[in-house]
Amino acid sequence: MVAYIVRRLLQSILVLVAVGFIAFSLFNYVGDPVNNMVGVEATDAEREWARKTLGLDDPFPVQFARFAANAVQGDFGFSYRLSIPVVSAIGERLPATLELVFVAAVMAMLIGVPLGVYTGLHRDGVISRMLLTASLIGISLPTFLIGILLILVFSVWLGWLPSFGRGATVDLWGWESNLVSWEGFKSIILPALTLCLFQLTLLMRLVRAEMLEVLRTDYIKFARARGLTNRAVHFGHALKNTLVPVITITGLQIGSLIAFAIITETVFQWPGMGLLFLQAIQFVDIPVMAAYLCLVALIFVLINLVVDLLYYAIDPRLRLDGAGQAH
Amino acid sequence: MTTATGTQRTERSLLWRLRDSLHRFIDSDVFYSFRRSPVTVLAFIVTVVFFIGAFAAPVLAPYNTNDVATLDLMDAFHPPAWMEDGSRAHLLGTDDQGRDVLSAIMFGTQVSLVVGFMSVIFSVVLGVSLGLISGYVGGRTDHIIMRMADVQLSFPAVLVALLLFGFARAVLPRELQEDAAIYVLIVAIGLSNWVQFARTVRGSTMVEKNKEYVQAARVIGRAPLAIMVRHVLPNVMGPVLVIATISLALAIITEATLSFLGVGVPPTQPSLGTLIRFGNNFLFSGEWWMTIFPGIALVMLALAVNLLGDWMRDAFNPKLR
Repeated sequence: MVAYIVRRLLQSILVLVAVGFIAFSLFNYVGDPVNNMVGVEATDAEREWARKTLGLDDPFPVQFARFAANAVQGDFGFSYRLSIPVVSAIGERLPATLELVFVAAVMAMLIGVPLGVYTGLHRDGVISRMLLTASLIGISLPTFLIGILLILVFSVWLGWLPSFGRGATVDLWGWESNLVSWEGFKSIILPALTLCLFQLTLLMRLVRAEMLEVLRTDYIKFARARGLTNRAVHFGHALKNTLVPVITITGLQIGSLIAFAIITETVFQWPGMGLLFLQAIQFVDIPVMAAYLCLVALIFVLINLVVDLLYYAIDPRLRLDGAGQAH
Repeated sequence: MTTATGTQRTERSLLWRLRDSLHRFIDSDVFYSFRRSPVTVLAFIVTVVFFIGAFAAPVLAPYNTNDVATLDLMDAFHPPAWMEDGSRAHLLGTDDQGRDVLSAIMFGTQVSLVVGFMSVIFSVVLGVSLGLISGYVGGRTDHIIMRMADVQLSFPAVLVALLLFGFARAVLPRELQEDAAIYVLIVAIGLSNWVQFARTVRGSTMVEKNKEYVQAARVIGRAPLAIMVRHVLPNVMGPVLVIATISLALAIITEATLSFLGVGVPPTQPSLGTLIRFGNNFLFSGEWWMTIFPGIALVMLALAVNLLGDWMRDAFNPKLR
């Protein structure tokens, strides 16, 4: 167990170092950092001085170590475009993205799991078939198109929900929140729905497949033979055993929710991290790009690590055969 | 005289052979399973229609939307033909610059398909070579390649493509960016998609390399590279074609997404995603057709290619039947 955790930790750190290395080379070798900082009128002597004080004459490992040390402390320098420290630019936008991702993940669970259970129990029903077909189409629809369709129907035609921005947020001790007031919550509905639709269909199909599999097992037959009610069998015995993979997938999908938030935030002009990153790409704002890259890598690695360890804790079989196979 | 009949005979036997193989194809299991699935037939027809519409666009399209000289601002904002104020001349309406939406979709599909195909070819070449090397050489090489694949797989393809695009923008000089955009896009999408190919090919290579024919080739002293390319490769290509079809749909959607985000093809060569982005600006003024028709085209194309890929996976893999 300890050996496994240590190995997983080492692997995660290796990934982070690799990503940090990419971010570092982006920083230092793409364009001339001195040119980016001193401006056009600087003399050669001033450039030389800037080069010295910035430590750009130091050997490569020293520079990388300094970059890593700064990155760990959250210091990524100044954004070229916004002229404010990268940390505060990202810090300002982070709550918006986290809230969006959180609401989307909850929505996907609350809608996806019941639909999956329903289609699993009534596998030949008309409604189940319709839901499955709809989910196929949902998977083929690209995220941005779903967003546009939702805007067209609910904002333009029906005029029920706002179509862009965060609307009225409430300040909760420095954290701007959409979840406290109904006015604010109205703004988050469409973006969250757009973001969660893919995850929702994925969860629904997963729960359905797991339910079908579990319902065939002996212990379910035994539970029926004991004369338990359908409700107890379905929800007490069957559903409980389908939830392990569901939790894993939801956990892993949070990472891709953060990534896909880039698209959703663009469609709805949601002022989050994704929109910031996209603007950074368009304006070649390298410090923001590097910082976003490192942050997303950190989130991904952490989620992967936690899910792996949880899996290990939940499923005793993994402890028996070689831990290296676990994933 | 004799030579003339000689060529005639070979020609005829060539025709016969063609007919033969056609008959064999019609009688085959694959064609049977194709015919038996109406959804697949429909998907095939839709795909073919899109291909013809896209690549014959210069001939078939009612207007040449890439030629700015033909645009007339007086024609702007026409709704589709069946609506009030719609005109027969523009079946699906026109956009803000008087571009015919139907023609724009046909030319846009061409860009989408070209980018999709090129990027899939890129990922096949990269993924198959790395997979072959990984599976055949094994050991530390295998370990390094597969860890790289693992790391990349934990990031969604769109994010990887976006990062590569941003990287290229930062590296390339400004004056090159416009021209190079389409190649950058192809490489970015291709690089974000190679892992699946590498994994599949590695798996089957590891099975193949222990078979007798590979050992025999080794015994007679063929070089490892020759064994990989001439002997192993033909035997591991089957599943690659199936995955390639499915990743074509994925590549088309990724391209559309990037173009929609404004980091894809240059606006002078609009793809389906670019058209949707342009139209999106007019959604609130009620001119929905500029967005919705390219959107429908994109979804139909992706869905049809996906369904074809699904069918191929089942038809070419007897184990799943």
